[in-house]
Amino acid sequence: MRGLAQSYGALQVLKALDLDIADGEFIVLLGPSGCGKSTLLNCIAGLLEPTEGQVFIQGKNVTWEEPKDRGIGMVFQSYALYPQMTVERNLSFGLRVAGMAKDEIDKRVKRASEILQIEPLLARKPSQLSGGQRQRVAIGRALVRDVDVFLFDEPLSNLDAKLRAELRVEIKRLHQRLGNTMIYVTHDQIEALTLADRIAVMKGGTIQQLDDPLTIYNRPKNLYVAGFIGSPSMNFLKGKIEGSGKTATFKLGSGKVALKDYEATVPLKPSAAVLGVRPEHIRVNTDKEAGASEAFKAIVDIVEPMGSDSLVWLKVEGQQLSARVESNQHFDPGQKVDVRFRINLASVFDEASGERL
Amino acid sequence: MSDISIMEPSGPKPKLWLEPSRIGVYAFLIITALYFLFPLYIVIITSFKDLAAIRDGNIFWPQLVYPEGTHWYDPWYRAWFEVCTGLECKGISPNFWNSVIITVPSVIVSIAVAITTGYALSNWPFKFSEGFFTVLIVGSFVPYQVMLYPMVLLTKNMGIYSTLSAVIFVHTVFGLPILTLLFRNYFASLPAELFKAARVDGAGFWRILLQVFLPMSLPILTVAVILQVTGIWNDFLFGVVFAGLPNYPMTVKLNNIFTSTFGVKEYNVEMAATILTGAVPLAIYFLSGKYFVRGIAAGAVKG
Repeated sequence: MRGLAQSYGALQVLKALDLDIADGEFIVLLGPSGCGKSTLLNCIAGLLEPTEGQVFIQGKNVTWEEPKDRGIGMVFQSYALYPQMTVERNLSFGLRVAGMAKDEIDKRVKRASEILQIEPLLARKPSQLSGGQRQRVAIGRALVRDVDVFLFDEPLSNLDAKLRAELRVEIKRLHQRLGNTMIYVTHDQIEALTLADRIAVMKGGTIQQLDDPLTIYNRPKNLYVAGFIGSPSMNFLKGKIEGSGKTATFKLGSGKVALKDYEATVPLKPSAAVLGVRPEHIRVNTDKEAGASEAFKAIVDIVEPMGSDSLVWLKVEGQQLSARVESNQHFDPGQKVDVRFRINLASVFDEASGERL
Repeated sequence: MSDISIMEPSGPKPKLWLEPSRIGVYAFLIITALYFLFPLYIVIITSFKDLAAIRDGNIFWPQLVYPEGTHWYDPWYRAWFEVCTGLECKGISPNFWNSVIITVPSVIVSIAVAITTGYALSNWPFKFSEGFFTVLIVGSFVPYQVMLYPMVLLTKNMGIYSTLSAVIFVHTVFGLPILTLLFRNYFASLPAELFKAARVDGAGFWRILLQVFLPMSLPILTVAVILQVTGIWNDFLFGVVFAGLPNYPMTVKLNNIFTSTFGVKEYNVEMAATILTGAVPLAIYFLSGKYFVRGIAAGAVKG
């Protein structure tokens, strides 16, 4: 399954985009609304004809094929069930269109409804189903057609938080069971991180980074990806790199951070830079540990208890940052504290280009 | 985000059974209803009177006793079977059938074409579809009179001028812009993902229209049928211009009954003919009132 160089429309929603997806892979297209991720999915589905470029599925050029001939099934955010048909007829619609024999249709509908546990609902109309049930039926509609590729267009966005978590697990289980290629569009980073084999973070019609979830999380390629992934989001501290190579330091206000524990992608040299540290990689009032920086003086601004841990907002060298601390650590606003950054887990970006250094 | 429920006063709002403002509203509604119903009442009772009773002059009071050999339904019978215009004394019934013959095909054909066009415009955009749509919108605002003479020439060249076919043709054509607009907007208001899902399922142009969209279009179909049936049934202009003398629809015939000054003026027969002519649209409004309002709210206003 290969997607190649697709740009579309006068607006250029997608810019010369290349994407190779392996057979059986679960790919998540992640990005804010308007980044072109749904457009890309529609191009793959054949609902939009790309202005340039081509789409290959199973090595076959399907750029000008009808959606039904591409071996794809699609699940939509609004479920898009046919309201006047029963669940059973919804599931079998595609098969009936294809002119399949009645027994074969029945067999497939039965199998799909078993997998999705919607057998008791077969005689109902979509309006008599809950959101989660509707989405199951919508998944079933792709399932009965025995497709190579499943396309999900924000399938869980219309569900409440609890159902979303439930169905997320179910989609993952479905993928493990079927082993189909799945392409999943979402703006929810939790869905992306939990489901994907690889995540494609998109912005402005381009893929910013395509990697497995942990790499995306730990080694973001640029400031955009770093800021988009993670909740609460990564802290960005502006400063300067002084020195070069392993002896380089990051100058933050009056203090300095040694970068000898940082795995740089390019040799470091003096320039304006941004230090990105996730809240859980900041230590407050603790002893020095391996890979951590020297202590900085900070002032506690606000404390947000989150149950399992707390988020502490701090002021360091005139810049704001948040740190995740154990909930048994107690802080008061205005309190003076020491903070250390775990540099081995941090990211350093070039300030001008936003690229990871 | 927060689960704090706001304390609100519970139970029904205390209210006087008859507040002064409510009395005002009811008074206004009753007076308005009477204002419109009263003429209808006069028309109905007059249609059941004989001429002698009408000449008595008590127009507000129905006739209760009929002379030997006459019936309460005599004016209606005359209106339907016997009333004359010029030398023809067949009543209004042939023209009723003319109206039926005009209305049924025009309604069916115009709606069938408009539903397909509207669906194509909203879901299968082609190169000049936006421009085509603009032309349609403009078309629905062109006054009929402007197109009258060209249409006469057109139907004449087609060899159907002065026949029922001409009237059917003209009604169909003139109904299309507004109906197409109606259906396009309705289909545009349906979720786009439904159309996509049907395409992924392999359904083509006609199958999506007939099996997916059409079953969802009942409200807008009702609106379209009502608009077309009442519009075409009530039409006078095209009937006069395109039908030719023997093919006049009911409305034109009714006018001729009123204007022909031959012998005594039979008010009772005229009233009966009026009610007969108005019965079809009236029945449609009564039968579909709820759907009509619903459809107007659902389709015509949106989009």
